[in-house]
Parts: sequence; C-alpha cells; structure tokens
Amino acid sequence: MSNAPRLRLALRTPLGITAAVASTIIFLTAIFGPMLLGDTADRIDTDAIGQHSGTEHLFGTDALGRDIAARVVVATRLTLELTLFATLIAVVGGLVLGVLPAVLGRRAGRLITATVNLLVAFPGLLFVLFLAVIFGVGTFSAAFAIGLGAAPSTARLVQNLTASIAGTDYVAAARILGVGRFRIIVRHILPNIAEPVALFVSTTAAGILVAFSGLSFLGLGVQPPDYDWGRLLNEQLDRVMVDPMSAVGPGSAIVLTGITFGLIGEVVAKANAGRTAPQAEVTPEATSAAPAEKTASGLLNIDHLQVRFAGHTAVHDVCLTVDEGEAVGIVGESGSGKSLTALAAAGLVPHPGRVSARSLRFGDRDLNKQAPKGTSMAMVFQDPMASLNPALTVGRQLAEVAEVHHNAGRAAALTRAVSRLGAVGIINPELRVRKRPHEFSGGMRQRVMIAMGLMGEPRLIIADEPTTALDVTVQAQVLALLRDVRTESGAALLLISHDIAVVSQVCDRVVVMYAGRIVEELPVGDLADGVAHPYSAALIGAVPSMTTDRDTPLATIPGRPPQPGEEIVGCPFAPRCARATDRCRTEEPVLEQIRPGRRVACWDPITTATHELEEAR
Amino acid sequence: MSTATPAGRVLDFRLGPWTSFFVRRTGRLLVSLAALVTAAFAMIHFVPGDPVRGALGLNATPEAVAARKEQLGLDDSLISQYKHFVSGLFHGDLGESITARVPVSRMIGDRLPATLEIAIYAFLLVMLVAIPLGMAMAVWTRNGRRRRGELAFASSTGAIVAIPEFLLAVGLASVFGVSLGWFPVALREGPDSYVLPVLALAITPIAALSRIVRVEALRVFETDYMRTARAKRLPGRLVYLRHALPNLLTSSLTLGGLLLSGLLAGTVLIENVFAWPGLGMTIVQAILQKDYPLVQGIVLVYGAAALTINFVVDLAVAAADPQSTIRGS
Repeated sequence: MSNAPRLRLALRTPLGITAAVASTIIFLTAIFGPMLLGDTADRIDTDAIGQHSGTEHLFGTDALGRDIAARVVVATRLTLELTLFATLIAVVGGLVLGVLPAVLGRRAGRLITATVNLLVAFPGLLFVLFLAVIFGVGTFSAAFAIGLGAAPSTARLVQNLTASIAGTDYVAAARILGVGRFRIIVRHILPNIAEPVALFVSTTAAGILVAFSGLSFLGLGVQPPDYDWGRLLNEQLDRVMVDPMSAVGPGSAIVLTGITFGLIGEVVAKANAGRTAPQAEVTPEATSAAPAEKTASGLLNIDHLQVRFAGHTAVHDVCLTVDEGEAVGIVGESGSGKSLTALAAAGLVPHPGRVSARSLRFGDRDLNKQAPKGTSMAMVFQDPMASLNPALTVGRQLAEVAEVHHNAGRAAALTRAVSRLGAVGIINPELRVRKRPHEFSGGMRQRVMIAMGLMGEPRLIIADEPTTALDVTVQAQVLALLRDVRTESGAALLLISHDIAVVSQVCDRVVVMYAGRIVEELPVGDLADGVAHPYSAALIGAVPSMTTDRDTPLATIPGRPPQPGEEIVGCPFAPRCARATDRCRTEEPVLEQIRPGRRVACWDPITTATHELEEAR
Repeated sequence: MSTATPAGRVLDFRLGPWTSFFVRRTGRLLVSLAALVTAAFAMIHFVPGDPVRGALGLNATPEAVAARKEQLGLDDSLISQYKHFVSGLFHGDLGESITARVPVSRMIGDRLPATLEIAIYAFLLVMLVAIPLGMAMAVWTRNGRRRRGELAFASSTGAIVAIPEFLLAVGLASVFGVSLGWFPVALREGPDSYVLPVLALAITPIAALSRIVRVEALRVFETDYMRTARAKRLPGRLVYLRHALPNLLTSSLTLGGLLLSGLLAGTVLIENVFAWPGLGMTIVQAILQKDYPLVQGIVLVYGAAALTINFVVDLAVAAADPQSTIRGS
C-alpha cells in the first residue's frame, strides 16, 4: 500500500481525528489569533492591573492590565513559528551531521560521529544554555540554540538509519555499478530514511516547544515586547502563587500543543506501520471440566486435556498416563502440541493459553486445583541458555530449590548444589557454582538444568526437547545422563522430542502426536515390529540409518501439517496420507486400543500383515 | 563499538575484557572532558562583541575596560590564554566573577551543594519509587489482566510526561505551597523547603521510568528463565524479586543514568521556580548579567558532572551484566 491511503486510513481512527482536529485548531489560532485579538492583547488598561480571573478576563490581567487570555491566543503564532524554525534547524543540522559520515572519508566521518556522540551525552538544556551564551540572549538566537541543541540526537538517528541502509544489498549494488557517493545519498538513502525521520521530527517538535517555553520562562528566550507562552509564564510567575489561574492559560497551551505534536507523530507512525494495533482476541472460556470418572492408577494422569489459544485448539482431547518410574516419549513435528501437553502437565502453559481437562492428576494431587508439590516434578527445557537466569550464579539457582522446598540453610543448600552438579558430571562443581550461565557450554548448561531438577526428589522429570539445541555428540551424553538419572532416582520421565530415534533410545513407551492429537501409542519394543499409524510409519521412514541407501533421496513426509486455526474435518493426517479413504476425509478416527498397551487412531491401520507384505516386496 | 576496531581487539587480548573495557571508557571520559574544557574556553571568544565591555556596561571608561582585560589576561595570545586557563583549572582557579568580583570557584563551592542535594534526593526518589511501581504494575497487569488498570496507569503517566517540568513545579507550588500552605515555595530553609523542589524534579522521571520498567518487566516475565523459576515452584516473591528484578536493573540503570543527567539539567528550571540558591539559578543570572567567567565555570561543572555520571553508569551496567555490555560494546 502506498503512503497516502495508509495515512488516510490512520486519520480515520479516533486518534487520527483528534490529531487532525487539534492541529487544525492550533494552526487556525496561529493564523487568525493575532489579527482578531492583537489589539485586545496589547491594550494597556491601568484600571485593571493584576486582576484575578473572572468573567471579564478569563485568566485575569497582567501587571499592565492586559488580558492574559488574549495574550495566550496571540502568542500562539510566535510560539509556533519559533518551534517550527528551531525544528527546521534541528532537522537540517541533523541531516547534514548524520549523512556527512557517509559522504566524507572514513577518518572525517569517524570524527563527526564521535562529536555527535559527545554532544548527545550532554543534557540538552545545558548545550542550549551554552549556545545561548555564544549567540547572545535574544529570540532568534534562542531558536538557533534550541535547534542546534536538538540536532545531535537527530543526527544520531540519521546516522544509525543511514548505516543500516548503506549496508543493504541494493546500495552495495549501486556502489559496484559506480554510482557516486552523493548520488547514492540522494537517490537511495534519503528516500528510505524519510519516514522514520518524519516520525522523529514530530516528537522532536514537541520537545522543542517545551524547551523553548522553558528558555523563555527563564527569561533567556523571547525578549519583550515580544511574547510567547513561556514568556507569559515568566511574566506571571510572581502572581502565580496568588492566582494560579493566570498560569493555567499559557501552561495548558504548552501542554496541549505538545500533546498534539505527539499525536501527529503517533498517527504518522501508525500510517507507517500500515495497520492499526491488532485487536486482542477474546478467548472463549474453556468448558468446565467434568469430574474425573475413574480413579486412575498412574503417577501422571491426563484425561481429555485441551489447550486453547485465541481461536484455535492446540491440544485436542489428549489422554495420557505415565506410571511410576516409567519413561514415556512424545514424538511429533513442531506444532503437534507435544510441548504444550507437557507444559500443561506442569501448569506452565504461557499466556493466553487456556487449559482444561476432565482430569489432570499428578500423584495424589489434582492439578486442576493445585500446582504439583514442591520438587516432585522437575523440568528440563529445550534451550538451556535461555532457561537459566543470566543474572544469577548457577549455585544460587540450584540452592534456592533446597532453600524454598526443604527449608535448607544457605550453606547446606549450596553444598547440595555442589553435590548435584558433581552428580551430573560437572567437573570442579565447587568452583562452577559461583559462575553464571554464560560461562558454561551448551551441554554443561543442560546438565545444570538436570541437576536443578535433582535438587529435590523428583518423581517425574519432564524433558522438553532437551537435546535439540545441542551438538550431536553432546546430545548423546545428555541422553545417557537422563537415563542414568532415571535409574538412580527411580523417577518417571516424560521426554518430548521430534526425533523418534532419541525417544526409542531412552523410553519404554512412545506416544505419537499429530495436530494436537495422539495418533498412536505403543511400547518401544513394538517399534521394530512396525507401527500401525501411517504417520508414525512416515516418521520412522524419515530417520536415516547406517543402512539407508544413499542413492535414494531422503524420505520426507509430503504436504504440511494443518496450520493453527485451520478447520479439520476427518482425520487430520488424511491430506498427507497415501492410504486415506473417503471415510478418513469425513470422519475423525478415535484412539482405540488394538492390543494391550497399544492404541491407534486410524480407520485403516497398518497391520503386521501389511508390513510383511511390504518387506517381502 | 570499539571492540570491533583492531586496537580494541589488541587491548582485549592483552588486558582481558574487563580491564580493556575500563581503559577504553576512561579514555573516552578524558577525551570528552578535554573537549568540554576547550569548548568552555572557546565560549568566551565566541561571544559577540566585547565581553568585558558588555559586562561593565557602556558607561565604563576605556581605561577601566583595558585594566579589566589585562587583569583577566584577555590581551595575551590565544595559546597562552588557553595554557593559563587549563593550568588554572588544575589549581581550582576558574577566574573571577565579573559582577560579583569574587573567585568563580568560591561561588560554585557555595552554590553547588544546594543543587547536588535536590538532584540526588530526586534521583533516589525516582529509583525508589519508579522501579517498584513499574514492577508492581507489571505483576498486576501481567498476561493481559486488569486492562483498565493498565489503561489508567498508561494514560496518567503519559499525561504527566507530557507536562513540562517547570509547569509541574509551578503547579506544585501553587497547590501545595500557596493554596494548601503545606510547604514553603521559595528558598532553602529547613527540611520542609526541600519537598516541593525535589518532587518537582522527580515526578516526570518517575512517570517515564516506571512506564519503561513495566514494559521491560513484562518482557522479562515472558522469558524461558522465568518459566524455569515457575517450574521450580518458587513463591511469587522470589520469582519476581530474585529472578526478574536483576534482569530489569540493567536497562533501568542505563535509563536511570540518563535521567540523572537529565535531572541535573532540570535543576536549572526548578531552581528558578523555587528561588533555590543553587547553580541553576546562578547560571541564569550570570547569563543575563553577561558574567562570562561565572557562566564558563558553571558550564564546566554541569558538563563534567554529566560526563562523570555517564561514565559511572557505563561501569555500573557493565558490572551488573558483564556478558552483554562488555562484549557488545
């Protein structure tokens, strides 16, 4: 979309209308105010000196009996002229200082950049006062000083923008084609930085208005007999204490005009962004969960779990049980809902996700009502760098678990942290506890996360893609560690992975998820005999092994998984399934037990016979 | 920035990142101070017309002007004047005020504490109020809760930020000073007299900083390490204070530093509203009276203070978050 329609669109919002109306009023006042009220504002009335605000004089009169309200209206023009003049100087100065480094040689450019950085470091008002001294006290020198005072920050912005555009491919291409520096600036750089600079200018104008008023208020800006809003305030300062209304006129004029400049900036910004802020979607309240019908036997019992985000269901009626000490793996592509299922079990689904389940039990706790107890559930996440707090030492992050949940003292907690770090294979744990996460390697960080889970006595470890962010060799070490930890602690493991090979190495049972649903569940031992769901088969087929024929292309699953919010009729895998029938496309298959320990949701599961048939071929 | 330069890399290699960072920042501070001193020196020579004539008035006799010029050393060559000026600085000699006829250093010594006091109190007030307020608002409105509270906070702080500090000061003076008569509105006499100037200095930065802290806090709440903290079932107090707060402080400190040097500038306006006998009031009078040596001295003090604050903030941020700051800069 080009700019004009976007701007028109932005102007139609309440914000845009307000900005347009307010700026029109201000500009009309600036144009007609002095014509209409100029005489009233200058009329000296010795009978009405220093009158309070009232019906005759809205904001009272000044020391010479002049009507303050009229003077505020008349002062609009000078105030606006000076603001715009100073803004012009700021923009021109900023553009020159900002673009020059790109035009001049490297050395001169760096000198200018350094100077600008130096000037930006000074508080603006001090720089303005300095310039006001050099230029002498007076109206136009003040405008000059304020304009130049705002130039460095404009220059900084222009420099940053210019640098980013100068690095783009099309500028590089122009340079290779031998286009001159000056031409590059005029043709390529200036048009591309125009919009952000325009936005910056409107905010700068508001700042300049305030700065100018401040300077005039100090008596260093506009000099009598001229007056702007700041000067009017200056003249009223002695009386303000007696009659606050006398300051309300010029004061509110400054504030309202400043806000209007800001609004113009926002409208320009919105037009730039090309769209109004997205409306927050209202999440439908999840249906209240029916009470659990059967008392389940496992450690973690998930019954008909749903996780919804605005407008779509990410996890769809998932039923899953993890027994004491058992290792269960959930496999699926990204977006299959496997991580959300795990996060829901831990009560950590991010906002605005809504979790509902017929039953969600961990041990003897109803997770619909309570969080899991203390340290009984340990979590290991995908990205160990992001999952550890960068500001705290590793020791602190481990020790606090013991401090909070086991009432351990600081020293005892730290001792346990050291021993746990040692247990997960961190060398020199007593030294490493004092380090922060960035001083560890990726694999070591994941060991720290596991050690964190071992600070208590976990009954379940939920590991969400624990090896995805790691190197292949480190992956194997971390998997081996998880296995060891499980053997030693006797904890159950819920391992989430997109890699069926990883899961089959560590787990007893595999759950395959697709489009937020469980499509198959089977013991790891049965994997070799062949899976029943075509999607599981495709997942296994996509894993290359040592015996894979290198001449055939790597197996991939054709098509793509359904997008969030996409309406699904029938089996969600049907569009990608070679075996799909009409029934698959219209009716959704239910997860049914086909053998003890094996469940599959498919109208036409692959049977052992089919496998033998295929192998025979 | 400088790490990218070959010199920066060599420094990193020889001294280790921390020392190298410190050396580079100190170097930048010294260069900036030198530039400031030169600019302050040059200021007097940029002034249109004859500064001594301007200060003494049109009625001064040519002899008096000449004598004064000689006394100020304005007839010497520029280079020897500059040398004189710089060596004077090292001895704490900033020249003599043209109007008051007392050493500038003594005037600054008299007035500086008043300015420092309100600036520091205001800064402490800002940090003590804005960070907890922003945090509390973030916790309160997290995950899209209490949209009305969020709107009220955003619009009220937005309105405060839009009001210029000196107007706020005038408003405070007329409401709490005149109408209610709770606090004195002028001069520095007794603890009561600090209330309004400090408030006037602090309110705008409090509004600005608490908005930023809230947004930063909401960003931090979304991070993976906050999810880890929740996964550890820590009490909310620990999750927010121990895990979120330190990660907020880096950005808050950076902004706090900018605010502090902004506060210094703010004193100029605020002091003039409350007739506060500090540097801000003195510099405005000095500019109006064309007392250039005094202006020069105060500009030096304000400028050096701003540069020092930036330097200290850089170091503090680096200490709080060594990884990103030192490597990134």
